[in-house]
Amino acid sequence: MRYSIHHKTAYEYASDVLHAHHILHLVPRPAPFQQCLEHTISVEPATFRRRDEIDAFGNALTRIEFELPHRRLEVATQMEVEVHPRPRVFAAHSMPWERICADLAYHGGWPTRENLQACRFRHESPYVRVKQELTDYAAECFPAGRPILECADALMVKLYREMKYAKGETTVRTPLLEVLKKRRGVCQDFAHLMIGCLRSRGLAARYVSGYLRAGPTRSAESGASLTIGSGASHAWVAVYTPPFGWLEFDPTNDVRVGTDHIAVAWGRDFGDVSPLHGVLLGGAIHELSVSVTVEPITQ
Amino acid sequence: MKSEAANDKRAVTPDSGAEASLATYVPDPRRYDELLDENGALRAHWRPLIERLTANKAHDTARRALELTRRLIVENGVAYNVYTDPQGADRPWALDPLPLVLSQDEWREIEKGVVQRARVLDALLVDLYGPQRLLAEGLVPPELPFGHPNFLWPCHGLVPRGASWLHIYAADLARAPNGGWWVLADRTQSPSGAGYALENRDIVEQVLPETIRDLGVRRVRDFFSEMRERLRSLSDEEANPLVVILTPGPFNETYFEHAYMARQLGLPLVEGHDLTVRNEIVYLKTLGGLKRVHTILRRLDDDYCDPVELRGASTLGVPGLISAIRAHNVVITNALGTGVLESAAWLGFLPGVAERLLGESLQLPSVATWWCGEKPALDYVLANLDRLVVKPTYPNQQFEPVFGSDIKGDDREALIRRLQARPYAYVAQEHVALSQAPVWRSNGTPSFAARAFTIRVYAIATQTGFRVLPGGLARVASENAVDVVSTQRGGGSKDIWVLSRGEDEPAVAATRRLQVSMRPDELPSRLVENLFWLGRYTVRCADNARLLRSTVRVRVDRGVWIHAVRICRALGVIAKDLQPPASLRDDRDPYGIAADVKRIAWCASQVRGHLSARYWRAVVGLQRQLQEAAASRQEPREALERIALSLAALSGYAAEDMTHDEGWRLLRIGRRLERLQFIAGLLAQHLVAASATRQGQVEWLLDVCHSISIYRSRYFVAPRLGSALDLLVRDVHHPVALAFQCSSIARDLAELAASLKISGDPGLEATIPEFTDSELLTLEGEGDEARASRETLAARLRALHVAAAKLSDRLSMRHFSHTGDSQSVWT
Repeated sequence: MRYSIHHKTAYEYASDVLHAHHILHLVPRPAPFQQCLEHTISVEPATFRRRDEIDAFGNALTRIEFELPHRRLEVATQMEVEVHPRPRVFAAHSMPWERICADLAYHGGWPTRENLQACRFRHESPYVRVKQELTDYAAECFPAGRPILECADALMVKLYREMKYAKGETTVRTPLLEVLKKRRGVCQDFAHLMIGCLRSRGLAARYVSGYLRAGPTRSAESGASLTIGSGASHAWVAVYTPPFGWLEFDPTNDVRVGTDHIAVAWGRDFGDVSPLHGVLLGGAIHELSVSVTVEPITQ
Repeated sequence: MKSEAANDKRAVTPDSGAEASLATYVPDPRRYDELLDENGALRAHWRPLIERLTANKAHDTARRALELTRRLIVENGVAYNVYTDPQGADRPWALDPLPLVLSQDEWREIEKGVVQRARVLDALLVDLYGPQRLLAEGLVPPELPFGHPNFLWPCHGLVPRGASWLHIYAADLARAPNGGWWVLADRTQSPSGAGYALENRDIVEQVLPETIRDLGVRRVRDFFSEMRERLRSLSDEEANPLVVILTPGPFNETYFEHAYMARQLGLPLVEGHDLTVRNEIVYLKTLGGLKRVHTILRRLDDDYCDPVELRGASTLGVPGLISAIRAHNVVITNALGTGVLESAAWLGFLPGVAERLLGESLQLPSVATWWCGEKPALDYVLANLDRLVVKPTYPNQQFEPVFGSDIKGDDREALIRRLQARPYAYVAQEHVALSQAPVWRSNGTPSFAARAFTIRVYAIATQTGFRVLPGGLARVASENAVDVVSTQRGGGSKDIWVLSRGEDEPAVAATRRLQVSMRPDELPSRLVENLFWLGRYTVRCADNARLLRSTVRVRVDRGVWIHAVRICRALGVIAKDLQPPASLRDDRDPYGIAADVKRIAWCASQVRGHLSARYWRAVVGLQRQLQEAAASRQEPREALERIALSLAALSGYAAEDMTHDEGWRLLRIGRRLERLQFIAGLLAQHLVAASATRQGQVEWLLDVCHSISIYRSRYFVAPRLGSALDLLVRDVHHPVALAFQCSSIARDLAELAASLKISGDPGLEATIPEFTDSELLTLEGEGDEARASRETLAARLRALHVAAAKLSDRLSMRHFSHTGDSQSVWT
């Protein structure tokens, strides 16, 4: 599947921003199942410094710095991405969840490369605290000996059923346990909650930020068409599921990720990969507008 | 000190005196005793000290030493802030002047072990932030770095300039019952306490001057010159690298130490918003503009240092700092991310690390430690809980260390469940019976008592390897908590004396320059801005207090009272519908006394490192006076009188105690500008009043201006408007007069320009009104012409007031305007 994607972020500031540093995670990263064919970033105001790097998790990262006073910032990206279907996997063939925990835990020998990589995503991170409450909440999804893929599917369904998608009720600073208590939030909160439930048991999970194509696919559980999260940037979860490696789940829409999702970057949580993060001197209050369009290109 | 000198001349007496004084000192058979050997005899390296101290009137020696120590701590303003102190106040530093004595041989072993350990930890950091070979080979658990909040992913793959991570290292050591030393903890992030160690030595040197000299105690001060040289040598800039100390600010518990180190090392003490990163270069916002920073000694935690890449919401850090570090444009000590090694969980793995990375066996053992992430370790810990202390693996866990033996019943079950649920997050350590050393017990008759302690030993990286501070900080447990040593929980401290056997100290590098002061153009803008406003608010508050006091004083004279209250209201010192005393009570009135005192306290707290101890105490006292005045409904006149007096003391201390540098000059400009505005405004208001020429009103005016007695001695006439104006407007020598303020401001601006090598500010855009003696007579006359001339003069004074405000704004724009708080945004 090939997509043309536009992503525009605009800030209007109430007073001059005198100086600003931003980091952007806006270029789709290379992955076995997708390819970014074309990508441009345009930034207003045009006078800025820019540097492109790769971050510690292998994502493309762009830094920009503004030294002149400005009242408005606009970052627009335009890209073409090819997404391939992923191989079918059978849930029953995945490893029992406790065995993964045991394999990831330290026991003195040389760990496998895959397991050591997975260990990076197994612990508490700034936005995902590891808590007993999360272990307890997800307990029903993890009966003894159940294959990890079945556990992850069950957890995804549970979150989809029990959490209400509600915009504007949480911010990036809302603690995870508060989200759990309120049972409300946006795709970030769904993803963080699912990651927290997995890591609290010693499993590895990463946060994936990207885009979602609205439309054709239907949720297995509800039969509703996927809409939540389109029109903005989206977030979901990758779970370490040996022997299949990392498989992705979208708890906001209750689907395993396929060709409707376009990944941009992944990390431990939102903080590692937020599309645009900046620290400003001045600016007072600001108004933000974001728009995303994802259009399939017919060949 | 006299008696000590006298003692020195005595022949050293046999044990009898010493032993009698040691009657109160009780060794504990379960612990190693520093002072006495197994037979109860004084150990050789303690003998000279104890004999001196007990040779004659031991009680007096102890009492004098304790008193002097207490006084020096107060005078030097040594403090330790405790975040949770309900009063939010500083606690004076606790120092027992009786030192801990260590022999040269013993010290050699400690020194070697600490140096080796610093090398091991540095190599471990290089691996963790680089190839992670140790993880791949299974020599260290991935749980340790990856679960640690101070393992900073943005620093992975980053090679700091000079490729060295650890520049300053500290180890907490304790002595085991068998006499060997154990490492309790490693401090790798920004070890605190070295400044306190230096301060302790300064005080003990004054308390026991002859003893310290005669015993051949190794010097500690050289270590700090070396540290300074090291910091200066880390950048390319050879001629004049700018090194700064980055502090989280006055609310940090060890802020005193940050300020003290800054003074000792002659380096600017800065906060995050004093620095800015432009094009991957770090700059300090100074009085003279942006100055490039080459090296940062940080006292800020790893994850707070850069809100762009680390904790996004931190306002303490420097946005963009990591990009500058990555570009090798700045060196930060210790490197960001070094805090990852601050966990007891590493201790058990260090022997393997030393073997693998250095091919050496680890010399200093750690206290026996089990990281519960390994199944056999967890099983052992659960089976032996009673003899172990359970601690968190990661510093951000909400879990206080617990003694297994103290925890029973349901709590024990809960603890076991916690350990089983997330074993890798817990560490258990053997409960160490700390060794004991003598302290001077101060309650009642001073005598020796035994207390448990640990020591913190410091090392710095130099061109020729790590060098250890010959001394350090001994931390003494409080009487009740024998094996818990924590400054936050109210223990004390001691100086450590390392004896040398008369050998020469290693020669100090010739390049070393002592007594360096900050360059005037390196003063941080924020600091100077706060000094400027401290000057302004102190004078504003003093002037307002005097205005109100003089007004309250004339309450009985109705005519003058009406005149005075009207002017108070016109000047905004009291709100329209209020009476003068209200200003003391209501800090919501933005121009009242209470509000001014709040502002003074805030500015003072921001520049605390530049204030003397008594200045700070006076600020605290001022706040207390105001609270008392507001609460007790005290006679307002008396309260105002006292506040005015305290403010006068502040001005005195500012003049007497502070370095007369450019910051101080701006404080003085602030004071003069404020006084200029006040007097000009007051006179303008007075002149346009119908009763301006009345004697009572003029007398009130002179009283407000603190000029009654000088007027009397100068003019020999009852208060008259003309003479009062002569004094208050054009007398260049009278410190209240407008002419005095103007000439002082002009002089300070010129000197500021000269010392910063910048073009001078043009100064006030209005001049002091000039008048002839006959014009003065006209001014105090009656009738339309006189009134018109008073109106004209008032207008000129108002213009002067406006010119002062403009100058103030101009100075702010020019010298301070780069500062401000940053905010974070996300999508």
